[in-house]
Amino acid sequence: MKTTNILFEIGLEEMPARFLDDTEKQLHVKTIEWLDSVRLPYQKVETFVTPRRLAVVIEGLATKQEDMEEEARGPAKKIALDQEGNWSKAAIGFSKGQGKAADDIYFKTIKDTEYAFVKKYTEGKTADQLLSGFKDVILSLTFPKNMRWSNGSLRFIRPIRWLVALNDQTIIPFEIAGVKTSNQTYGHRFLGGKVVVDNPLNYEELLNSQYVIADAKKRKALIKEQIKELEKTNGWIIPEDQELLEEVSQLVEYPTAFFGSFSQEFLTIPKEALITSMKEHQRYFPVLNNEGELLQYFVAVRNGNDQHLNTVAKGNEKVLKARLSDAMFFYQEDQKQSIEQNLKKLERMVFQESLGTISDKVNRVVKLTSKLADLIGADNSTKENAVRAAQISKFDLVTNMVNEFTKLQGVMGEKYASLFGENEHVAKAINEHYMPRHANDALPQTTEGAIVSVADKLDTIIGCISVGIIPTGSQDPYALRRQAMGVLQILQDKNWSITIEELLNVTQDIHQPLEIATNTKEEVNQSVSAFFYARAAYILKEEGIEQDIIEAVLANGIANLTFTIEKAQLLAEKRQQDSFKPVQEAFVRVINLAKKGKDTGVNIDLFENKQEQELYERYEEIKKMFMKQIQLFEANEAMMSLEELTDSIHAFFDHTMVMTDNEAVKKNRISLLNQIESLMLEFADLSKIEWKQQFSS
Amino acid sequence: MNIQEMILTLQKHWSDQNCILMQAYDVEKGAGTMSPMTLLRSLGPEPWNVAYVEPSRRPADGRYGQNPNRLYQHHQFQVIMKPSPDNIQDLYLDSLKKLGIDPLQHDIRFVEDNWENPTLGAAGLGWEVWLDGMEITQFTYFQQIGGLEAKPVAVEITYGMERLASYIQDKENVFELEWTDGVTVGDIFYQPEWEHSKYTFEESNTTMLFDLFTTYEQEAKQTMEKGLVFPAYDYVLKCSHTFNLLDAKGVISVTERTAYIGRVRNLARAIAKLYVEERERLGFPMLKEEGKQNENN
Repeated sequence: MKTTNILFEIGLEEMPARFLDDTEKQLHVKTIEWLDSVRLPYQKVETFVTPRRLAVVIEGLATKQEDMEEEARGPAKKIALDQEGNWSKAAIGFSKGQGKAADDIYFKTIKDTEYAFVKKYTEGKTADQLLSGFKDVILSLTFPKNMRWSNGSLRFIRPIRWLVALNDQTIIPFEIAGVKTSNQTYGHRFLGGKVVVDNPLNYEELLNSQYVIADAKKRKALIKEQIKELEKTNGWIIPEDQELLEEVSQLVEYPTAFFGSFSQEFLTIPKEALITSMKEHQRYFPVLNNEGELLQYFVAVRNGNDQHLNTVAKGNEKVLKARLSDAMFFYQEDQKQSIEQNLKKLERMVFQESLGTISDKVNRVVKLTSKLADLIGADNSTKENAVRAAQISKFDLVTNMVNEFTKLQGVMGEKYASLFGENEHVAKAINEHYMPRHANDALPQTTEGAIVSVADKLDTIIGCISVGIIPTGSQDPYALRRQAMGVLQILQDKNWSITIEELLNVTQDIHQPLEIATNTKEEVNQSVSAFFYARAAYILKEEGIEQDIIEAVLANGIANLTFTIEKAQLLAEKRQQDSFKPVQEAFVRVINLAKKGKDTGVNIDLFENKQEQELYERYEEIKKMFMKQIQLFEANEAMMSLEELTDSIHAFFDHTMVMTDNEAVKKNRISLLNQIESLMLEFADLSKIEWKQQFSS
Repeated sequence: MNIQEMILTLQKHWSDQNCILMQAYDVEKGAGTMSPMTLLRSLGPEPWNVAYVEPSRRPADGRYGQNPNRLYQHHQFQVIMKPSPDNIQDLYLDSLKKLGIDPLQHDIRFVEDNWENPTLGAAGLGWEVWLDGMEITQFTYFQQIGGLEAKPVAVEITYGMERLASYIQDKENVFELEWTDGVTVGDIFYQPEWEHSKYTFEESNTTMLFDLFTTYEQEAKQTMEKGLVFPAYDYVLKCSHTFNLLDAKGVISVTERTAYIGRVRNLARAIAKLYVEERERLGFPMLKEEGKQNENN
């Protein structure tokens, strides 16, 4: 098979670094899909991306499609032939439509019917004929942000300035937004020039000679190497920061790492603030010594070679100096304002229109914190610390530093609180109450931090849902989903035996008198429960638990998920066993008849038979032990306790008519069944579980 | 190179690119973008190439002349080209070379920075240009202005003159920059900086400013109803500056703030629409001229 090599390059004004990685992947996938769709086999597809170009090299592309022989099906035989056995109009029309004569028709049986067929031969098109179609691949690329430029109407990531399209040495002709394809590319904006690509396979090397490293991975590796070199020469530690490395490597075509320094006096600024300033504003790597202490140096990456590095370093130092002077000024100014002065300012800061100011929110969180501390049985000093932390949890929001770097909320709170003489627990809890800040982030370590974190999140979630802010699709401006996950994770991590329903109730008790809600209490309850249910179900699903079991273990509300998961895993195992069948059947019988009425209390004097008496006694006997096992999160033991009721239940139903005519006796029996059902629900709704035993045997 | 020479150099450079050299607009404003020479003229199909220095007032940035980087009023050199030329990045880089900045000796980069001005219902995509890590220019392709789609697209280049000068002259304090031989920025601007800061943060008459805002707003609306675009727009600018004075004094709460911005935005949108209608009624005169030129070619 004859093959050729292809190069497509789109030259652009600088694309945003954050979109490059995805764009390159997209180009790769779409190129391959396109090659498949035009039936041109290839050996290798390689993509390249820099801020100024997107490129793809196709190696070993077939110069021609395979010729194709296809069968085309026409009418059924009885329609294709008339009564005399001549070709009918339908048959002639069919063959003509396929570019054949009627005599080319042959018959084949498909599902008991004979049909007319012709063989169709299509000669493969040449790559030359097909390659201009790559234009559609370019136009099919999508970007998170598009723009128009000049007189054009095309929306693209940035203006297209040149196009290279080469089939070996021949230009593949097409045009996009007034730009025609050619064989000329451009090197580095300042170090390189305009050059002709003589061979698609030389693309990467040619660009290299023009100070462009086209392969994003190679740029990244090169920067890593250069940073290592700086570490080695100076005895530094430069912590690896994948995100920053990725961004920096997509900001340059020819990276050269260099270092600069700043005045030692700036090291008095908290290091989180220094690092954020260097990273967020300037994309610098911070430098540490062997002890992990921040040093007065930074490492940056230039788009260019190692010439005049001193000038570049000096310029960068000047910029950083101005930045750090600002930070220093902020840090000093912030310390002139007391916590109380800052809290006063929160009275003017709106949290959410219907939910009031940040100050209002803090007041609610303080009350909630206090109730939560009681609920989990925290000791006095923990409760005191947690309440204090809640009171001042948001004071840093009005500091200059947090104003400048939102990311530092909580972090600065902890620093300033310590400086202002708050105790260590309180200070730490201020920072921790934002945790987890994102998926996979650490959870609060201290009990105080955990309490305030849960209180703050509950207030936001329930408050927002109360006023009708319920996340839909990608719309979740207050990050309620993440916060709900956070609450569940903390409950699980701290092993608190407290249900979401209880949390909802205490929060509602605080919210209700404030009359902030636009929805009724019942509506809110329903929405909040459904909201947490979805998050909990998600966590369980991630643990590999199946839907029916999820429904069973969440039937009675959401609580400590570690225990929930244990219960779920136990049930998943149980339902594989024969012995589970009578247990489940017994409880399904209980549930079915418990539905007929309510628990109005059991009167032992109304029992009429031995089985009835015995079931009641067994229930009473087991109940105490069972509840204790539930409280101690002993899944296995609790399940065993429930199982002990099985025989008594079956015996009861075999000898007792629940729906008897005697109203009092009937009510009594239904009450007993309701009590047994409630007991079971403390563990799980066993009726939800699908019987899997027969599938496994 | 002193600031005066920088201005002359940039004016010559952009004049050579067929930009109309304009003078600063005579109503207070927060940025060169707000001059009608940019905001209104960037709308509609007529070609428009212009360059001018704009003194820009940012009351909240006033620091009594004590901060080496922040000013109540700084200077922007503003360039607008509509439609955006294909070689606009090269034209810009050439201007830096003329200011004595050799790209080979520095690290010049175009770093994504999308510009949005909710008060003006305006948005654009582009970059901040970094010179050895310092932001010296804002480079924007307008996509929307006054809530209307920008078509054709105008490109806006805004040089921060004091920033750029502090690099070129290697000075750390903006007041030490040379405006012209023997005259510094401090000589000219220290007193107004101090006085404007004092006025903005301590002395301004809040009640009067609130009243003025409403008065200007009403006048803008009335003038607009008469179809008088440019006078109406002057009052929008006055609204905007008055709002900035009140905001800097900290007398506008967060919720009120959104409402005020909304009021200015509504005016800006209405005027943008009116401007395009009026130009259309006049038959887009500058478009015709362009057409004639093309015919002659």
